[in-house]
Amino acid sequence: MFDRDRWQEIFETLKKNKMRTFFTAFGVFWGIFMLMIMLGSGEGLRKGASSGMGDMATNSMFMWTQQTTMPYKGFPRGRFYNFNNADTRAMIENIDGIEYIAPRIQGRSATGDNNVVRGERTGAFNIQGDYPAYNLIDPMNINQGRFINDNDIALNRKVAVIGQRVRNEMFNADENPIGEYIRINGVYFQIVGVASSRKRDHQAMQDNQNIYIPFTTLQKTYNYGDIVGWYSITARKGTSVADVETRAKALMRKRHNVHPDDTRAVGSFNVENEFLKMNRLFAGISGLIWIVGIGTLMAGVIGISNIMLVVIKERTKEIGIQRAIGARPWTIVSQIITESVFLTTFAGYLGLVAGVGVIELVNKALQGAGDSAGMFKDPSVSFHVAVSALVILIIAGVIAGIIPARKAVKVKPIEALRYE
Amino acid sequence: MLQTENMIHLRGLHKSYVTGSNSLHVLKGIDLHIAPGEFVSIMGSSGSGKSTLLNILGILDNYDQGQYTLAGNPIVKMSETKAAAFRNQLIGFVFQSFNLISFKNALENVALPLYYQKISRRKRNQMAMEYLDRMGLADWANHMPNELSGGQKQRIAIARALISKPKVILADEPTGALDTQTSYEVMDILKEVNAQGITILIVTHEHDIAAMTNRIIRLRDGVIAEDIRNGEVKKIKEMAFAAAI
Ligand SMILES: Nc1ncnc2c1ncn2[C@@H]1O[C@H](COP(=O)(O)OP(=O)(O)OP(=O)(O)O)[C@@H](O)[C@H]1O
Ligand SMILES: [Mg+2]
Repeated sequence: MFDRDRWQEIFETLKKNKMRTFFTAFGVFWGIFMLMIMLGSGEGLRKGASSGMGDMATNSMFMWTQQTTMPYKGFPRGRFYNFNNADTRAMIENIDGIEYIAPRIQGRSATGDNNVVRGERTGAFNIQGDYPAYNLIDPMNINQGRFINDNDIALNRKVAVIGQRVRNEMFNADENPIGEYIRINGVYFQIVGVASSRKRDHQAMQDNQNIYIPFTTLQKTYNYGDIVGWYSITARKGTSVADVETRAKALMRKRHNVHPDDTRAVGSFNVENEFLKMNRLFAGISGLIWIVGIGTLMAGVIGISNIMLVVIKERTKEIGIQRAIGARPWTIVSQIITESVFLTTFAGYLGLVAGVGVIELVNKALQGAGDSAGMFKDPSVSFHVAVSALVILIIAGVIAGIIPARKAVKVKPIEALRYE
Repeated sequence: MLQTENMIHLRGLHKSYVTGSNSLHVLKGIDLHIAPGEFVSIMGSSGSGKSTLLNILGILDNYDQGQYTLAGNPIVKMSETKAAAFRNQLIGFVFQSFNLISFKNALENVALPLYYQKISRRKRNQMAMEYLDRMGLADWANHMPNELSGGQKQRIAIARALISKPKVILADEPTGALDTQTSYEVMDILKEVNAQGITILIVTHEHDIAAMTNRIIRLRDGVIAEDIRNGEVKKIKEMAFAAAI
């Protein structure tokens, strides 16, 4: 395999027809280059899309109340109702698939009038009443201090975690907000943490202008009684979130005298579904890329096979001589296949390196451009994709060599010798 | 028994070439016995089937009918792999047009049969060097075929034929492309090779070349018309000499 005579022959045939070798090899080079570029772009799109969701737990769901659409037990249709603290307890007790449950509530004057004051500065921000679990379901980066903890909840503490944007507007860059006070709707809160979103664009902007205070504090301080705005819930490992979703909604309908068939009375959003949809979409895209890429590659490989046929024809006499002095058919066949595999793999490897190189360059450029890159993030080709591409190339090289090789040994030695 | 008596044994050998609907009956029952160590020349007019016979003897082509035994091995229809092994181990070929591999230098050309025997590069180059030396071409080892004269090329081809230590050398008009002087040099080498006990068959048109061998077989109309040995050969030699004067 590594004998010099073998490689001498390979380079001899390639050297004899530099132009032809170049153009043939270019076919394979281009095939694998395009495959890499497309795969890298597909990966970039996928990462871009999934980064829009931040690190939100994929097994999570949200549930909120809507207007009823059916009359039931003497209640008319079109009725409004609210979740409450007892619902939270009921769900924890009755639905064993729940991992985390975070009741949430939004403070009044979320938009419009300035509701937050610190000395001379005022601003209009959303006020969120939250449990510690919320930061496990849809985590944010805690840049300073901490998130709301269990003690805050138990003691109805007047503490707040502010979004990065709130921090920037209410404090100078050189000020440390931790321990400082802000007035929210007339009540003083001590700042215990600064958080920023892991999401992108619009969603990130919203997260960053929130002020998070303990759920219980918000209920008490602003007179919400025991009302819960909506729920964020994650399912335990091994339990489908869709299942939890169905059971939670049924329980809520029962507890609030909603007709069992009134599906629209309880609103919900299932992240897992969205993830599955997205994954299916990108699996489809990547499947398409492979089909197109392999097609391009096949064209290149057929080119190699063709050129090998021409080479074999030109070398008929030489192969005849080799057989007269004792070359077995297998020696000739393996020689030709080695040659074809060498050509494909070499050209393919260059294409692979070039493709990955271009993707890396794009990646660098994107990183330079920062967050605003939008739909496209970290385009890359994974190591195992590159390796499988190489394996495909080697197999393709063997296939490209088989037909010419068989043709070469099918000729009788004497006919090969007579060939001019 | 047979092995010791006959290097080559042919009985009732027939060969036809079929092209389309035409069939050309070239060999029409050849009976031939060649003992080990003989130096035989095959003569005959153009188209009489000399090359055809030699190719069958070299297992480069197949025959239609009859029997062929080479060094005790019955040569029947066999796989190309087996045929290649026989060619490699029993037979050395020398061609009119030398048939060296153009991109290999003299040394590599001579060493090539050993490559097919999977002998290491070092070992086979060392052996090739010995054979080149015997041909007086040690200084030309690294030259490419297109840098060599016809005589040098044919001597390299002979070295290549000898390197696998064959039992028989088959040469189709080995001097056909050489001038008289060079032809005689090549024949001297072949005589030396024969003196070491290797059986040699050459095809030739030239009487003076044939006269240097020990036995002349003449083909005519697809059969052996004449089979002249030893002393008789010398007579012919003298006749040729007389004719030259
Ligand atoms: N492959 C072939 N197909 C058909 N006919 C062939 C083939 N090879 C040889 N022949 C014919 O067979 C006959 C014998 O050919 P061969 O080459 O054996 O002659 P030869 O004695 O070697 O002649 P020369 O002295 O010219 O070399 C010729 O008539 C030739 O045309
Ligand atoms: Mg001939």
